[in-house]
Amino acid sequence: MSEPVIHCRDLRKYYPDVKAVDGLDLLINRGECFGLLGPNGAGKTTTIEILEGLIPADGGDVQVLGMHWNGRARELRERIGISLQETQFTDKLTVIETLTLFRSFYRAGHDPEELLHTLSLEEKRNARVGKLSGGQKQRLAVACALVGQPDILFLDEPTTGLDPQSRLQLWEVVTKFRAGGGTVMLTTHYMDEAERLCDRIAIVDHGKVIALGTPAELIAKLDASNIIEFTSTPAIPAEAFADLCDGYHGCAKRGDGWQLRVDSLAEAVPKLIAVVEKNGSKLLTLSTHAATLEDLFVAMTGRELRDA
Amino acid sequence: MPRPPLVELTHARVREFLREPEAVFWVFAFPLLLTLALGFAFRSKPPDRIPIGVAGPHAKEWSASLSKSPALLVRVLDAAEAKDQLRTGKISLLVEGDTQPVLRFDPTRPDARTARVEADDALQRAAGRRDVIAAREEHVSEQGSRYIDFLVPGLLGMNLMGTGMWGVGFSIVNARMKKLLKRLIATPMRKSDYLLAQFFSRLIFLTGEVTFLIVFAWLVFHVSVHGSLITFAILCLIGGFAFSGIGLLVASRAATIEAVSGMMNLVMVPMWICSGVFFSYERFPDAAKPFIRALPLTALNDALRAVMNDGAGWMAIAAPVGVLVAWGVVCFALALRVFKWQ
Repeated sequence: MSEPVIHCRDLRKYYPDVKAVDGLDLLINRGECFGLLGPNGAGKTTTIEILEGLIPADGGDVQVLGMHWNGRARELRERIGISLQETQFTDKLTVIETLTLFRSFYRAGHDPEELLHTLSLEEKRNARVGKLSGGQKQRLAVACALVGQPDILFLDEPTTGLDPQSRLQLWEVVTKFRAGGGTVMLTTHYMDEAERLCDRIAIVDHGKVIALGTPAELIAKLDASNIIEFTSTPAIPAEAFADLCDGYHGCAKRGDGWQLRVDSLAEAVPKLIAVVEKNGSKLLTLSTHAATLEDLFVAMTGRELRDA
Repeated sequence: MPRPPLVELTHARVREFLREPEAVFWVFAFPLLLTLALGFAFRSKPPDRIPIGVAGPHAKEWSASLSKSPALLVRVLDAAEAKDQLRTGKISLLVEGDTQPVLRFDPTRPDARTARVEADDALQRAAGRRDVIAAREEHVSEQGSRYIDFLVPGLLGMNLMGTGMWGVGFSIVNARMKKLLKRLIATPMRKSDYLLAQFFSRLIFLTGEVTFLIVFAWLVFHVSVHGSLITFAILCLIGGFAFSGIGLLVASRAATIEAVSGMMNLVMVPMWICSGVFFSYERFPDAAKPFIRALPLTALNDALRAVMNDGAGWMAIAAPVGVLVAWGVVCFALALRVFKWQ
């Protein structure tokens, strides 16, 4: 379980206007599902495409399955499967034709017909790709990634824009692939996807890993198990609730209001209401939830994962 | 057992094309329609008869004599009407007179002078003249020298250029835009297999296109290939290869359909005009001819005409074939170097 299949150190990729990847280290073990979580523009896609050997890094060292991309590309391509962020396959070909085409590129691999079954695409076997729904297209993309029977599956935002049912279907496919011993690396900006699928997560922002660990470990970093969000008029300053109660761990600005991290809602909520009243302010909204990765990201960066 | 990637890629490209009805129309039906329209517009027909008028007391008698000339169209008119028609050019010559014929015409008009010779000849013969020498006439209208014989190879060349360049260029830029090229190179696929598949699928369509057009031109206009059919077929393949290479180069870096369309037109329009598709490039100034001959479409058209109309063999078309091969090889090699996969 602890043998590294992807290893990169001090990865860098600078574009003229932005440092897309700025000194990033990752170590991904065999059989693991590893997620890169971060907002759009954090450098997730650049990172995964460097690991996939599609774009060269400006600096740092990348090893996949113990090999460098330089000179071993063909060998590596035989052993990894990739689903890009937005590939459109040829509309005029059918599902089975597309899959058979991709199968022909690999020395060894799955029977396309079997894969159709695995991905619940049998009914669409002879449908033109252009006629598929978003979820079906995405499953076809994953089927094309799996057809070479890869050791590592790379998925770049596999469920972006999909309906909940399609997301669940796709998650199942990933789970099945892992059950067969495969390693998965995916990027996402959905925290629920990361929490649900990944053994370990790296939260990425501005081309750097800002937090790394299992979902539980990451949430534990918040030091607080609950979140209170509220808005009031007029707005009150952070100092007003600086010593709210014992289990108060800090706050972050969120829109017009505040997000507070607390241990116990039962203790904190009444005290917060009192503080608002004491400041001559009126509560507009108040909501609470159990802490998530999203909250960690907000706490660490002051921004939301799915920021506009 | 899966088939080799080159076969799968070629097959996929052929399927993709056949499932695109518009593309099939432009490749197969359009050239036929163009040939048909131009063939009828410029079909060979006997020269027009020259209209002349006859007036005066002998009008009937002279009209009978003049009508024996196949070059004249004779009308009997009254004097006033005849003058009017002559003045407005409705007739080229007027025969009148009380005893001896008087020929009225404008000597600066070539058709009037021809009418004068024909009319005089017809009247003399009718009056009993016998020719002293008998010249035999031979009319030149052989197959291979008609306009349609000039046109069909030109259209064939133009079609090979258009479909070669569009067929390759369009599909590559389209695949690049959809990030399909990027997805393909993320597999162990050989890049050369992909480019070769473009080329092979072109050759498959080309066989259909050429056969269609040639059989059509043969059935409708009796245009035939005078040279060896094998030479002709190989020449078409070489033409297809050259233009696929140029198409590949044009599409090697273009990121949008608009960009590639503009570049395609930039490359093709000068050749439509200069390379002798519809009229011979002999009409261009001598100084321009070496450049025109170096164009791939000129080379292909020249070679096709030589094989189809003159029955030329490889020796006779070595120069244009050399030009074509050079274009194909250089463009292919260049395209491979500069090609952008993502």
